[in-house]
Amino acid sequence: MTSQGKDQSPLIEVQHISKQFPTDHNARVHAVTDVSLHIDHGETLAVVGESGCGKSTLANLIIRLHDADQGRILLKGVDITGLNPREMRVHRQTLQIVFQDPFASLDPRVRVGASVAEPLTVHKVATKEEATDQVRHLFELVGLEQSMLNNYPHQFSGGQRQRVCIARALALKPELVIADEAVSALDVSVQAQVMNLMLELQQEMGLSYLFISHDLAVVERIAHRVAVMYLGQIVELGSREQVFRDPRHSYTKRLLGAVPIADPRQRTERPLITGEIPSPVWPAGEGPDLVTHTEVEPGHLVAQE
Amino acid sequence: MTDLGIAVDSVETGSRGALRMFLRNKAAVFGLVVFTLIALITIFGPGLYGTSARKMVAPPFLGPGDDLAPLLGTDYLGRDILAGIITGGRTTLLVAIVAALMTMTFGLVIGSLAGYFGRWIDSLLMRFTEIFQVMPSLLFALVVIFLLGPGTRNETLAIGLTMWPAGARLTRAEFLRWREMEFVKAARAIGCSDLRIMFRTILPNAMPPLLTWTTLIVVTAILFHAGLAFLGLVDINSVSWGSMMGKNRGYALTAWWTVAFPGAAIMITGLSIALIGDGLQDAFNPKLRGR
Repeated sequence: MTSQGKDQSPLIEVQHISKQFPTDHNARVHAVTDVSLHIDHGETLAVVGESGCGKSTLANLIIRLHDADQGRILLKGVDITGLNPREMRVHRQTLQIVFQDPFASLDPRVRVGASVAEPLTVHKVATKEEATDQVRHLFELVGLEQSMLNNYPHQFSGGQRQRVCIARALALKPELVIADEAVSALDVSVQAQVMNLMLELQQEMGLSYLFISHDLAVVERIAHRVAVMYLGQIVELGSREQVFRDPRHSYTKRLLGAVPIADPRQRTERPLITGEIPSPVWPAGEGPDLVTHTEVEPGHLVAQE
Repeated sequence: MTDLGIAVDSVETGSRGALRMFLRNKAAVFGLVVFTLIALITIFGPGLYGTSARKMVAPPFLGPGDDLAPLLGTDYLGRDILAGIITGGRTTLLVAIVAALMTMTFGLVIGSLAGYFGRWIDSLLMRFTEIFQVMPSLLFALVVIFLLGPGTRNETLAIGLTMWPAGARLTRAEFLRWREMEFVKAARAIGCSDLRIMFRTILPNAMPPLLTWTTLIVVTAILFHAGLAFLGLVDINSVSWGSMMGKNRGYALTAWWTVAFPGAAIMITGLSIALIGDGLQDAFNPKLRGR
């Protein structure tokens, strides 16, 4: 699963995608620059990096909440970059997202059962009775009591809400779920529960995940492959073992060095990240230098420094 | 949301919950009772209370309590003040409520489109709104009345046209606030249409402040119409609370009842509507329900 199979096409393929946001004074934020990656069926690709590196923008680009400036996104071989909302609807069933903030990602005025049912009714894939059955099934799947169906979001804890969001994302039986910092806002114990749930669901339903996180401990647990993002570009991409055991790029090394170790005797002199990351804002017409990647071993790409 | 088995009954209990929350707010219930009374009086009062508001029924300037005087006295022409209040309330409330609904509808359509779609649509609609907003509202209303001629319908139109920009701004602000929320993004990710997101996802959340604002707009419209009438800029044959105050304004110091009672009617109506608005805001907050 670690390298791209020759005979089997990837579930999703992102090719040289870029996104810039205009700022007030003729300058542009280069949020994502020339990012390419792919995710195979049943695989988890984690995208890591610190705040502001463009991880969430990448997620929004893939789910088409933003339109990419350049590049293509191939979902099962179909280019979804230029599709209009109507054409995109079909593909939304394949592609779903779970957001970071469990307190903001559910409509406070809609009972959770109805929230989970909304994808089914919007896509008209189920009658009312079927939708009710499916919502009950989804609640069971994510480990929520059926008696909670008619509760409002504010009556739930963060972990429960995130389960509701996962249930909603799964309602259309997607193949790829983007988890945009989906466990970052949760307590560590709840984090573990939700991650276990995601792993179980992956086993049962053959889901693929694009798992966006800044928490390397979480990533090490859930990811098959890891992409390290820095200032909108991927600086290192490889299997979990390759990236965690044998980091090649200096930024990856520093990122790994910043993970606290609970044992003071194991403290090492790893280089830490100091200072703020440089600004991704460039005057019009200028931009960051594009990195070139070298494949240091099969499936392990490292940006040249 | 409503078109679902499990949710159908939930929505019902939802609105029942809202009603319960509203009934729990004593001030709001008081406002509702008072306003209902006022509405009933203006609807059925003129029929039940035999005296015409336009006829001279007694000598002028009889104070309340004087011999021969009607309950609330008479004005400078000897017309019954109480009859005026009962009849005038009809015009005043009709103008105010229709103008407020007009304001709300214009504001909602323009504000939601501008706030939801942003970019050039927003710029275009907001510049258009500003054209109306920068004009002095009284002068603008005057121009509209001069162009269209006086009459209750045109007065309503004039008031509605001067007041809607604030509604558009408020709606736009609410839409901007909710548009970036993750549950709205989630609705887009699910594949909901723009129309569905605007009206099923954002609007219910944006509604409470707008509803409260509409109730306040009714009060503003009453005052605005009273102001126009006070200046004598409305149909001289119509009776309204404002026009009663306007016509009697020269005698306010010698015959206080000629302006005080219509003024009190405006104040009590305004207050009752404001109390209702306050109660609505709480009633539509799901977090306060079930407590």
